[in-house]
Amino acid sequence: MFDFLEGYDLLGAFWVTLQLTLLSALFSLVWGTVLAGMRVGPVPLMRGFATAYVNIVRNTPLTVIIVFTALGLADVYGVTLGAGDFDSQYFRLAVFGLSAYTAAFVCEALRSGINTVPLGQAEAARAIGLSFTQVLTLIVLPQAFRSVVGPLANVLIALTKNTTVAAAIGVAEAALLMKEMIENEAQLVLIAAVFAFGFVVLTMPTGLLLGWVGKRVAVKR
Amino acid sequence: MSSVLYDTPGPKARVRNIAYTVVFLALLIAGLWWAIAQLAEKGQLEWALWEPFTRLPAWETYLLPGLANTLKAAALSMVIALPLGALFGIARLSDHAWIRVPAGAVVEFFRAIPVLILMLFAFQFYAMNTGISSEQRPLYAVVTGLVLYNASVLAEIVRAGILSLPTGQTEASKAIGLRKGQMMTLVLLPQAVTAMLPAIVSQLVVIVKDTALGGVMFGFTELLNSRQTLAANYANVIPSFLVVAVIFVLLNFLLTSCASWLERRVRRGKKSSGPLAPTEPGGGLQTAGAVPARGGNSETVSGP
Repeated sequence: MFDFLEGYDLLGAFWVTLQLTLLSALFSLVWGTVLAGMRVGPVPLMRGFATAYVNIVRNTPLTVIIVFTALGLADVYGVTLGAGDFDSQYFRLAVFGLSAYTAAFVCEALRSGINTVPLGQAEAARAIGLSFTQVLTLIVLPQAFRSVVGPLANVLIALTKNTTVAAAIGVAEAALLMKEMIENEAQLVLIAAVFAFGFVVLTMPTGLLLGWVGKRVAVKR
Repeated sequence: MSSVLYDTPGPKARVRNIAYTVVFLALLIAGLWWAIAQLAEKGQLEWALWEPFTRLPAWETYLLPGLANTLKAAALSMVIALPLGALFGIARLSDHAWIRVPAGAVVEFFRAIPVLILMLFAFQFYAMNTGISSEQRPLYAVVTGLVLYNASVLAEIVRAGILSLPTGQTEASKAIGLRKGQMMTLVLLPQAVTAMLPAIVSQLVVIVKDTALGGVMFGFTELLNSRQTLAANYANVIPSFLVVAVIFVLLNFLLTSCASWLERRVRRGKKSSGPLAPTEPGGGLQTAGAVPARGGNSETVSGP
């Protein structure tokens, strides 16, 4: 029944999807945290930059960003991100685009987390003479992170699904393989079911696991 | 200039802030300079490449029809997905397990798979099983994919909206003898949809952004796709990208502003309804320029 899978590297494609997800998650978490720090910080220029970045990136379609990394960054600017061949160059560009896009959502999630930290925490921190960086990194962010595990899990799930957009620039991940398979094989519904199942396997445990983690680490108030 | 996170800057801190500003500004200018210098080197700054956008033909033949298709697909998807979503949202709250469980399974399933997978499936499905002409097929595929995905997201929004209503609403409607259907259609649903209107408008942003997928993957002639045709004619990759991105950002910014305006209205309406209404949640750190955390479904963050 599943002989239509012969000759296609299904696991390989999902492995690329997983790599795209994990690498972009890592980079967007770092960049998103930096953006959140700038957005609540004392320097007006950085605050303005982070606000503008979030508002512009959030309102641009990911497809536009990803296609731009290929046609703009790669073709016009000649950005290779240190890659030797085309395949890894486009993979890295896709990770770059996905990270740049997802960071805006990470920043927003973190900022809403910062808003849940009680006022007294920051006031106490300032009262004992901590600087802004110390208040943020020692007192506020640790508590904020613990309260936004749930929202960040939603961002991660959205990111997992968004990696399919990398198919637009020919990164050999799951959606591109699905496109190729349904054009060449007759069992459309079965193929779609296999890929849908693959994504359900990737996204559902993330939601359940991180939901559980979120409940465990949340600061009891 | 102060916030709860930092003190009003004294002389030392003021110097430090200025130093940060200067360094950051230098970095920004250096980045921008590099970007523009590279463009100039590649000849992308030639006025001939930008000039088409100042005249009507480029807009009439490419951008405006593309924008119209984007809006058409988005509007169709929303109009079909909203009632479907409401139906599934209500079904998930049903008293009967044989309605509640399948509805929940369908919603969770479609929320878990990427919208692109749904679009690709719909495109091929229509090609194999229906007589929809090949010009119309991309639109059908995009709308089908968007409807399947967004109906399930909207179902969750509606469900969250109904669950967020005070239990007094249900109790009062039962006390005056309404049947379950009446209670839902006359009392709960209207309030839930009003409360969730900001989230629903935000979802429209996700839909508009997702239409661009159909353009690259199977030639739906929306805005991003017409950019490609336009750039092929005028050889202006970067200018056309910038113009299209600006159109998308403006359109979505309009929708986002509309959503936050609605949100403020909904909030204000709640506040003025007397002392029984719950007080504003708060007491947390309100950072400088913070917008209130968006109510409802966090799924609105998703989508390309």
